[in-house]
Amino acid sequence: MLKIHSLYIRYSDKTIVNDFSINVEEGEVVSIIGPNGSGKSTILKGVTGLIPCKSGQICIANQEANLLNNKQISKLMCMLCQGNVSPVDMTVGELISYGRMPHKKWYERMDAEDFEIIEWALMKTGMLNFKDRLVSSLSGGEAQKAWLAMALAQCPKVLLLDEPTTYLDIAHQLEVLDLVRSLNRELKLTVVMVLHDLNHASTYSDKVCVIKKGSVQTYGRPQDVLTQELIRSVYGVETEIEQLPNNARPRIHVLHKI
Amino acid sequence: MAKNFKKKEATILGIALMLLLVSIIIAVGIGSVQFTLSQTWQTLIGSGKDADNTILWDIRIPRVLMALIIGANLAASGILLQAVMNNPLADPGLTGVSSGAAVTVLFIMLVAPEFSGFIPLAAIVGGGFAAVMVYAWAWKKESGYTPIRIILSGVAVNAVFGGVIGLLSILYSDKLPAALQWMNGSLSGKGMNDVLNILPYSMAGWAMALLCIRQANILRLGEQAAHNLGQNLNRVRFILSFVAVFLAAISVSKVGLVGFVGLIVPHMARIIIGSNYKHSLPLSLMLGAMILIIADTAGRSLFSPLEIPAGIIMAMAGGPYFLYLMRKGGA
Repeated sequence: MLKIHSLYIRYSDKTIVNDFSINVEEGEVVSIIGPNGSGKSTILKGVTGLIPCKSGQICIANQEANLLNNKQISKLMCMLCQGNVSPVDMTVGELISYGRMPHKKWYERMDAEDFEIIEWALMKTGMLNFKDRLVSSLSGGEAQKAWLAMALAQCPKVLLLDEPTTYLDIAHQLEVLDLVRSLNRELKLTVVMVLHDLNHASTYSDKVCVIKKGSVQTYGRPQDVLTQELIRSVYGVETEIEQLPNNARPRIHVLHKI
Repeated sequence: MAKNFKKKEATILGIALMLLLVSIIIAVGIGSVQFTLSQTWQTLIGSGKDADNTILWDIRIPRVLMALIIGANLAASGILLQAVMNNPLADPGLTGVSSGAAVTVLFIMLVAPEFSGFIPLAAIVGGGFAAVMVYAWAWKKESGYTPIRIILSGVAVNAVFGGVIGLLSILYSDKLPAALQWMNGSLSGKGMNDVLNILPYSMAGWAMALLCIRQANILRLGEQAAHNLGQNLNRVRFILSFVAVFLAAISVSKVGLVGFVGLIVPHMARIIIGSNYKHSLPLSLMLGAMILIIADTAGRSLFSPLEIPAGIIMAMAGGPYFLYLMRKGGA
């Protein structure tokens, strides 16, 4: 669904992303993890074209991204950035309606189908009762769900999330991740997200991509990839890994810095 | 609930339109020869005295119409710049667009008056050059544009062009008096031909501004979100900036530097009707027109027979009002 081959991104003379390649299958949830400054967010921004890539191939739903313009890309793929802010007087319904913009020519107005999709996005995210509320009046978790609903209204095949749980308390973090997982399962939506919490990555993703200094350190199922040695070499932190019997996902206990 | 909102906004726009018409009728009546409302009305519908007809149709009405057009132009220019620069402080005055346009106009007036037919075009070139400068200096490869850098580079660009205006005024001080009225943002002596001259361009500008509403609205979500919603950011920036520069430049070419309209009016509009450009842009057009009509009428009647240019009134009243808005948390 999303193939990235040999991606390089440079800021002036510093290489941030260095020969990054990944292949995400349809319907998978992939988490990108790695230390601060390892280039996680930069990769997502490069993939959506928000920042220019020096070289590399990106293929979305079997279409070469180079050959698509931004509007065509935005119909296939949606990225939710960190720290989104909306005007204080914007309602949830209005916010979600902007998700329909990629599907509209500049002179086209919203039609019945668009409003149906907006209702559907509200329903799928459990935000029906919030439609007329102001986004600025919502809690962090609810606001994040409103933005997710906007992303859904975009009807993408691939959803990119840049640290979707930042600034949220633990209950809201789980709520948002649960929602992402259920959207993934129900809609076969392919998800690639940047996460900080190793246990979130382990619990919520089919595959984990660990990066260090802009290149892939290892990529695979959490139970195969998240090992003591790996975490020690990538983060410089000593951990204990607990294998839970009922689910195959490893639980990581952080012990101390080396 | 959504339906109620629409009704409310339509009502506000309707009231604003009515107030605009009322302010036109009152402003037309005020001056060295005072007209009562009924006199004004009689003359407007064509059954007034000859002397009244002359005063009204040759002097007052063109002037009030000029204030209306320029006010709407500057307000629209300001609201578009605020949208595209993602900065509530942006306006054609503070970002140097107006002074860029003024430099080229002044140059033609003082140095090459034989080319005065090109003044509007020169204003657009000067204003556009200033906008390009602002963007060029605000741009950084790593972080793109930030609101703060745009406004800082705008202030710097404005200062440079202000300096050039000062330089031109000194070098050509013998020819300056003719340009002085214009530089202060005066609407005096504008006839119907001036109005008819600028009206088609302004109406084209207003139409273009109204067509920018959707892009401006999407930009409210931030540039990253706008990009992810399929907007071509560079194209959107160019289009919105162009329309804003166009509207400001044609205004400068006619009446010189009138500040604060583009800064204050969009704020007032947002406080009254909300941040959605579908509502705040049309309201800004009307409020801008209304405020410049009021400022100009005050300027020519307060110290009569002396006349204060509308630009000076706007600066004196607009500055404190802006500070008030800022303290109140509106800005």
